[in-house]
Amino acid sequence: MLGVLTKRLLQSALILLGVAAITFVLLYALPADPARMIAGRSATAQTVANIRHELGLDQPLLTQFLHYLRGLLQGDLGRSYAQKTQVVTLIIARLPATLVLMAAGIFVEVAIGLTLGITAALNRGGLTDRLVMASAFVGVSAPQFVVALLLLYLFAATLGWFPMSGYGSFAHVVLPAMTLGILGAGWYARMARSAMIDVLNQDYIRTARAKGLSARRIVLRHALPNAILPIIAMIGIDIGQFMGGVVVVEAVYGWPGIGQLAWQAIQQVDIPIIMGVTLTSIIGNLVADIIAPMIDPRIRSH
Amino acid sequence: MRALKELARQPSALFGLAIILGVLILALAAPLIAPFDPDNQMFDGLTLEGAPMPPGGQFLLGTDTLGRDLFSRLLYGARTSLIIGLVANGVAVTIGLFVGITAGYMRGWVGTLLMRCTDLMMAFPALLLAIVLAAILKPSLWIVAMVIALVNWVQVARIVYTETRGLVERDFIMAERALGAGHGRIVFRHILPHLIPTAIVWGTLGIATTVLLEATLSFLGVGVQPPQPSWGNIIFESQSYFQAAPWLVFFPGALILVTALAFNLVGDALRDILDPTQRGRG
Repeated sequence: MLGVLTKRLLQSALILLGVAAITFVLLYALPADPARMIAGRSATAQTVANIRHELGLDQPLLTQFLHYLRGLLQGDLGRSYAQKTQVVTLIIARLPATLVLMAAGIFVEVAIGLTLGITAALNRGGLTDRLVMASAFVGVSAPQFVVALLLLYLFAATLGWFPMSGYGSFAHVVLPAMTLGILGAGWYARMARSAMIDVLNQDYIRTARAKGLSARRIVLRHALPNAILPIIAMIGIDIGQFMGGVVVVEAVYGWPGIGQLAWQAIQQVDIPIIMGVTLTSIIGNLVADIIAPMIDPRIRSH
Repeated sequence: MRALKELARQPSALFGLAIILGVLILALAAPLIAPFDPDNQMFDGLTLEGAPMPPGGQFLLGTDTLGRDLFSRLLYGARTSLIIGLVANGVAVTIGLFVGITAGYMRGWVGTLLMRCTDLMMAFPALLLAIVLAAILKPSLWIVAMVIALVNWVQVARIVYTETRGLVERDFIMAERALGAGHGRIVFRHILPHLIPTAIVWGTLGIATTVLLEATLSFLGVGVQPPQPSWGNIIFESQSYFQAAPWLVFFPGALILVTALAFNLVGDALRDILDPTQRGRG
């Protein structure tokens, strides 16, 4: 166990190093000139040169990369071009809102997905099963921003049940979480269905049936705990992909999280912020990757 | 041929195929069908207050905030979606096949290095990476296609890698090698043909992902740039107006959903047909 853990940590460290190298290239090599972006359009050549020197942009690329790495190790993600603030400070300020949204979204997703998936598995081949699988398919194919806008139109603008946008109360979180949850639920429904079918075919379930246990008890006490492991592990693997959806949903609902921060940064080509958010979500993903096998030992062998 | 026959036997796949065919015809025949020039900002395309016209009447699906005919824009938007879908996936599948076969066939340090690279790419959330790349590079139709290809090849590479490793150990490859066949002959005559079904399945499923990704990028303003119509940027342009003119979100949104759904249905059915071991699961 400990050996596997060390190996995974080492792999994660390597991946982070690679990610850092890629983000560094994107940060410094691709865009026109970060110094000019910070200085603004009307700055003199002298000001630009000063900023370049201040950022160490006049040093060799390798020195710059080592400097960037040292900064990362100390939790320094650089300074925003537009807002002139430390990126870490900005991200930490926005993180709680995103975590609330993600937790709510994952809750909705898993609740809907599990219920539908298990119902489908228990009625395998029946009408319910087909309906659930069909709607799961539609959910997987639906564009997030369209669903977000439609929910907004229906439940906020027309019916007035929920606020249009913003942050602060329970009512605010409902529509964003539903948007994330409804769409993700499709994957979980399919996962839960096949996991449940696998478990229901096991010998110990047949034994439980033979003992004369009630169907309810077999499902809840014997099948569910085993079927649920891969699903919990999937939540961890899912977190990184979830982040993309969070950007879209936060942009539509004006949710003040790191997704919105990234979206605003995209429009201003504020690359340090974009990179900071990317790195943060990758770290979140790696942490989840390390935790997932602890929950479901079957993943460990992969 | 056998695959097509089996495909025709599944109602859901047939439904998907019909939609794909429909979208394809709309896209190809856009200049013939479109009642108006998609970029023409018509004077009578707006109400007296300057609001978009609702569906019905002279404009079948209404007009957008600039007085352009929505139906015509959607037709040309179908072209954008399909071009990006085909180009991005063609490139993604090609890169995926190349990396996957090379890594699976060579193994050793080359294979390890290539697969570590795909691990690295997997660590990036796909949508976020696409947004970042599209934001840094100047967005255009071809850049969007390349960005999506750059994100999509990873999954293909991993699956191809696993399958190639399995194939290399099979007896017929061993026999071929014992007979003195060169690497080129083994790869192109014996390994590649076995991977074609996989490439077709993931190419089809990938188009569904691409349609969604392109629409999302365009909606965020880092995809296809207006005035060139794309289903995503039609919604992007009318976003602030959607309470008054919901049809500007509804129609393109429905098209995105239906098209992605169609490619998913066909891709899924193809996977069942071409890979019998997966049948009945999931």
